Amino acid sequence: MSDDVSILRQECLDALAAASGHRQWDEIRVSVLGKSGRLTGLLKQLGRMDASERKLRGAQLNRLRDELTRAIEARGDELEAAALDARLIAECVDISVPVPTGRRGGIHPVSQAVEEITAIFGAMGFAIAEGPDIETDWHNFSALNTPEHHSARTDHDTFYLPAEADGRNRVLRTQTSGVQIRTMLGNEPPIRIIAPGRTYRADHDATHSPMFHQCEGLVVDRNITLGHLKGCLIEFLRVFFGKPALPVRFRASYFPFTEPSMEVDIGWSRKTGEIGGGEDWLEVLGAGMVHPRVLANCGLDPEEWQGFAFGMGIERLSMLKNGIPDLRSFYESDVRWLQHYGTDPLTPALLHEGF
Amino acid sequence: MKFTLSWLHDHLETTATVGEICATLNRIGLEVEHVEQLGAQLEPFRTARIIEAVRHPNADRLQVCKVDTGPETGEVQVVCGAPNARAGIAVIFAPPGTYVPGLDTTIKAGKIRGEVSGGMLCSLRELGLGQETGGIAELPEDTLPGESYADFAGLDDTVIEIAITPNRGDALSVYGIARDLAAAGLGNLRPFLADTVEGTFESPLRWSISYPEACPWVLGRMVRDVKNGPAPQWLRDRLESIGLRSVSALVDITNLFTFDLGRPLHVFDARRIKGDTLTICRGANETIRALDGKDYIVTAEDCVIADGAGVQSVAGIMGGAETQVTDDTTDVFVECALFDPVHIALTGRRLGISSDARYRFERGVDQAMPVAALEAATRLIMDLCGGEASNVVSAGAQPHWQRNAKLRFERIAALGGLEIGQDEAVEILGHLGFEAKSRDEVSVTVAVPSWRNDVAQPVVLDPASTLSAERCMTLEKSVARIEPECDLIEEILRIRGLDQIAAVPLPPVSVVPGAAMTPARARVALARRVLAARGLMETIGFSFVAHDEAEKFGPAPESLRLLNPIAADLDQMRPTPLPGLLAAARRNTARGWPDLALFEIGAGFAEDGQTTIAAGLRAGRSPRRPGEAGETMTFLTAKADATDVLLSLGISPDALTTATEAPAWYHPGRSGVLRLGPKTVLAAFGELHPSLLRDAGFDAPVVAFEVFPDLIGDPKRRRKAAPDLSALQPVRRDFAFLAERDTPVEAVLRAARGAERTLITSVSLFDIYEDSKLPDGQKSIGIEVTLQPHDTSLTDAGIEEVSEKIVAAVFRATNATLRS
Repeated sequence: MSDDVSILRQECLDALAAASGHRQWDEIRVSVLGKSGRLTGLLKQLGRMDASERKLRGAQLNRLRDELTRAIEARGDELEAAALDARLIAECVDISVPVPTGRRGGIHPVSQAVEEITAIFGAMGFAIAEGPDIETDWHNFSALNTPEHHSARTDHDTFYLPAEADGRNRVLRTQTSGVQIRTMLGNEPPIRIIAPGRTYRADHDATHSPMFHQCEGLVVDRNITLGHLKGCLIEFLRVFFGKPALPVRFRASYFPFTEPSMEVDIGWSRKTGEIGGGEDWLEVLGAGMVHPRVLANCGLDPEEWQGFAFGMGIERLSMLKNGIPDLRSFYESDVRWLQHYGTDPLTPALLHEGF
Repeated sequence: MKFTLSWLHDHLETTATVGEICATLNRIGLEVEHVEQLGAQLEPFRTARIIEAVRHPNADRLQVCKVDTGPETGEVQVVCGAPNARAGIAVIFAPPGTYVPGLDTTIKAGKIRGEVSGGMLCSLRELGLGQETGGIAELPEDTLPGESYADFAGLDDTVIEIAITPNRGDALSVYGIARDLAAAGLGNLRPFLADTVEGTFESPLRWSISYPEACPWVLGRMVRDVKNGPAPQWLRDRLESIGLRSVSALVDITNLFTFDLGRPLHVFDARRIKGDTLTICRGANETIRALDGKDYIVTAEDCVIADGAGVQSVAGIMGGAETQVTDDTTDVFVECALFDPVHIALTGRRLGISSDARYRFERGVDQAMPVAALEAATRLIMDLCGGEASNVVSAGAQPHWQRNAKLRFERIAALGGLEIGQDEAVEILGHLGFEAKSRDEVSVTVAVPSWRNDVAQPVVLDPASTLSAERCMTLEKSVARIEPECDLIEEILRIRGLDQIAAVPLPPVSVVPGAAMTPARARVALARRVLAARGLMETIGFSFVAHDEAEKFGPAPESLRLLNPIAADLDQMRPTPLPGLLAAARRNTARGWPDLALFEIGAGFAEDGQTTIAAGLRAGRSPRRPGEAGETMTFLTAKADATDVLLSLGISPDALTTATEAPAWYHPGRSGVLRLGPKTVLAAFGELHPSLLRDAGFDAPVVAFEVFPDLIGDPKRRRKAAPDLSALQPVRRDFAFLAERDTPVEAVLRAARGAERTLITSVSLFDIYEDSKLPDGQKSIGIEVTLQPHDTSLTDAGIEEVSEKIVAAVFRATNATLRS
C-alpha cells in the first residue's frame, strides 16, 4: 500500500473512532466517500494512469473503499445505537406512579349465593321460576294447606296490604311457595323448579329482618321418593359448601304443605363455626314430600303425581358459607361491607370454573 | 315444652341416657332445643361430717373444725363462723376452687386469723337453694361423708326442652313424649290408669251447652269441704323444675294435668258461682276479667262459660278472676271439656291471650281422655285437699273420633323411599296406638287412636278457582285415599328414623341440562355483572320505604301501603329502588365516603304490578389524580351506565333515541330517557332533582339511572350474515357545523349517519364548543364521518358527492350549516 493510501486509511479510521455523533460521522463519510471526498479523488486519478500502474493502484483503492465503507457503516450503527441509548435514558419515567385500575364494583353476597344455588340446581335439571312479591293469601297460605285458623299461620308475621276490589286479601309473600303454586297450576308435570326471591315477615331484630330471601324448590313427577329428596339436597349442600364429605342429617318435622316433613341439618362446630367440622348440628333447610292437599289444590291428582319441596334462607346460607356475622348488615348498604363481602363481577358462579 | 328426666321416668321405664333420649327425640320429630343439667353448678359440693369443733384462739365468733370430707380427701381443717357448727353433725363442704353461687365467690384455701382453713361449710342459701339462715345446713345423721351433695339431695335432674310442631298436640305432655319414645324403642310406657272416685252426693251445679260447634262435650263435678293451701313439696318441685310458679294445691293440680297428660282442667270456686247451671255459650260483648287480671270483651264468635251472673270463663283459654279458687275455697267445681281447635285458635288470637290451655286445645287434645282425667283429678284433689266428691255431671257427648286409615305396604318405599318389613311397619304403628284392624298381603288398615288428631282428618281442600267442580270432586276423593296413607308413612319414617332412608340421586332429565334461567332472568344477571364491572357496588334495600320518600319517586298509592308496617318509615311499597339507594348514599357520605357508585336490581311496585328495575346512583367526586382535579358527577356517567347495560342486553345505541322526558325526580334540564322506537322507554338517567338532593343533605350533584330490562324482548336466534370485510382503506372526513344552541347533537349525528346508507359506516362526535367568536346563540359541532368503500376505491368526486349529501341532510334535519 502506498503511503498516501495508508495515510488516508489511518486518518479515516482514527477520525471515525474519534467521532462522537452523527454529524461528525457524516462529515467523515462525505470527506472520504463523498463526491469530492479524498478516496473518491484518488479513484478519479486512476484514469490518468497507465494500465499496469492503474491495475495495481485500482485494486488497492477498491479494497480500501470496501474496507472504509464497512468501517463507516459499522461506526454509523454504533453511533446510532449509542444515540438511541442516550435518548432512552433521557426519556426514563417514574414507573412507580400508580395507575387507575378501572376499579370494579362488587356483586352482593345474596346475588352471589342465588347464582351459586342456581348453578348447582341447574346442573340437576332445575329451572328458575318467579312470581310476584305481593300475593293473594290463597297463593301464600290457603293453597298450601294453611287455612285461616291454622296455627302455622300465626307463626308467620304477615304483612298485609289493602284487599283487592274483589275482596281477596293481599299479603307480602312470607315464603316463595306461591311460585310453586303458580307453577303447578300453569304446567303439566314433570316439574323441577327453584324459586329464589324476596320474602317478608313482620319481625325485626338481630336475627330477623322484615325482608329476606328464600329459595324454594319443587319436584313433581310420578316416581319421586323421599330418597330422591335426600339425594338432591345432600348433593346441593356438599357442592354449595365445597365439602364433599359434609355430614347431613334429616330430622322429622312438620310443615302444613309437606308430608312427611323434615328439617335438614349440616355438621359444624359451635366453637369454631367451621362447616363440616365438630360434633354439632346446624339447621339449614326445611323439606318434605308435597302434601296431597297442595297437589290437589293445584289440580294435580295425588294418586298420579308426587314429589318433594324444600326451602332455605339465602342470607343464612351466605352467612354460614362466608362467615358473615350479622343478618342486618346485608341491607345496610355500607360500602365498606359491600367491598369486603362483594364478589368480582367477572367471576360468576360457573360450575366448570369452580366456585 | 319442658320436662325433667325424673318426670319422664314416671311414664317411661327406660335405662337410656340423656344423650340417647335427646338423639331419639330429634330423630322422631320432637326437636331438642335445650338441655340443662340442674345439679351442674353444685357438682363440687360434697357431704362431710364435723369431727371436732373448738373455739378459734383469736376470734370469739369463729370455730376451728376438723372435718371428715370422705375417703378421697380425708380430714380437712375449716374455720367456720356458723353458730350451729358443732362436732358430730353432717354438713355440706365446699373444697377450695368451688364457686359458691349464693355468695358469687370462689373459695380459696388460706388462713383466717392465723388458723388454716381448707374449704367452707355451707348453708343452703349459699348453694342458691333456699332462704334458711340458722347457720350451715345440717344433713341427716346417717349421711356418709364424701358424696356429691347434688346426688345426695336428688338435685341431679336434667331439664329437656323440646319444640313441638303444631300438628303434634299429643306430644304436649310428658306422657305423650314417653309414648313416642317407647314407640321408638327407648323403653316401656307405663300406662295411665285412673281409679274411679264414686260420688257421694248430687252435684249442685249442672252443665248446659248452647254453642256445640265450639264445645261438643263437657264434664264436671264438685269436690266439697276441701282445704286449699300450698301444694306439697313434690308438686311444687315438679312444676318449678319446668319453670312454672306454684300457686296453690288446687291450681297446681290443674297445671300438673296440663303438662303431665296434656289435659287442661279448670277449677271454679263453686261458692262464687251464681245459680245452678254453667252454660257454654257465645259471648255477648260482655267484659270479663280473666285470671291474668286483664279485662277482655267476648263477642258472639267467642265461646264462654257463664253462670247466673254472667261470663265466668273464656272457655278453654283462661278462667275468670271472679270465680277463681283461693286459699279460702272450700267447694271446688272441676271442669274437663273438649273444645274445637279452630274456635279456640280464633278466640285466642282475637283476644290476644296465650295460655297453656289454649296452646293444647288449639292443637287438639285426647278425645277419649276426659272421663279418666276427671277421675284422676278428683282423686288427687281429695288426696291433697281432702273433701268429698259429687257425681259427674256432663253435657254434650264424646265426639265420634273413631276412624281408620289404610296403608299399602309398597307405598312406604314408593313414597318414603324406605325398605322395611311389613311386620315391622305394623309393629311401629301398634306402639304408637294405631291398632291393626285388618291386614292382607299388600295392606293394613289401622284404627287411629283418640289422641292423634293429626292423622286421617277429614279432607278440606281449597282448590284453585279455575278448577271445575267435577275435577275438584275427583281430587278430593284422591286426597281422601292418599292422605291417611301419607300420615301413616310419616309415622313409620319418623319412628324408624329418616337416616334409614337411602339417598338416591335425582334421575337426570338430560345428560347436559338446559339453561336454568329464563332469558329475562339471564338479562338481569348480565346487567348486574355489567354494572358491577363499571365500578358500581351492588346493594339490596328493603322493598318498602317511607310513604313520603316513595312519593318523591313516583306514585305511592294507598293500595300499595302496608296495613301493618313494622315501622312508620317502612310502610310503602317502593316505586323504584332509587329512594333506598339515595338513603344509602346519604349514610355512606355521612361516614365520609368520598365517591359512591351504588346500584340495585329489584322490583319497583305500581298499581298494575311489579317490574324489575336496574337502578344506580353516583355521588361525590371522582378520585383526584395527577392532572385530574376530581370532578363532580355529570349526567354523562349515568347515561353511559344505562347505555352500557342496554348494549349488553342487545340494544344497539344506534337504535336508541334520547328524549328529554325524564320523570320528575330528575333535574329537568339535565336528564333524559332512552327510547326504543316511538314509545318504549328502556331507561331514564340524569342528575337527581336539586330540591330532592337538598332535602337529602347533598350539596353536590348526584346522578342516577333506571333501566327497565322487562321491556326488552327475548333475543331471536337468527344466524348472523357474514360481515363485509372490505380490503379497501376507509376514508375519514371531519365536518364542523354551526347549529342553534338548543339543537340536540344526536339529531346532527343521526342525520349524517342516514345521509348515505352504503358508504357511511360510522359517525362520531369529536367536538362541541360555544364561543363569543361564534354567532349569537350558536354552537359548533364537530363530527367525523367514516366512509368505507366496498368494490372500488373512492375518488375525490365520490367523496365530494357524499359530503354534499351529509351537509344537506344535516341542514334538513337541524338547520345547521357547515362552518366555512
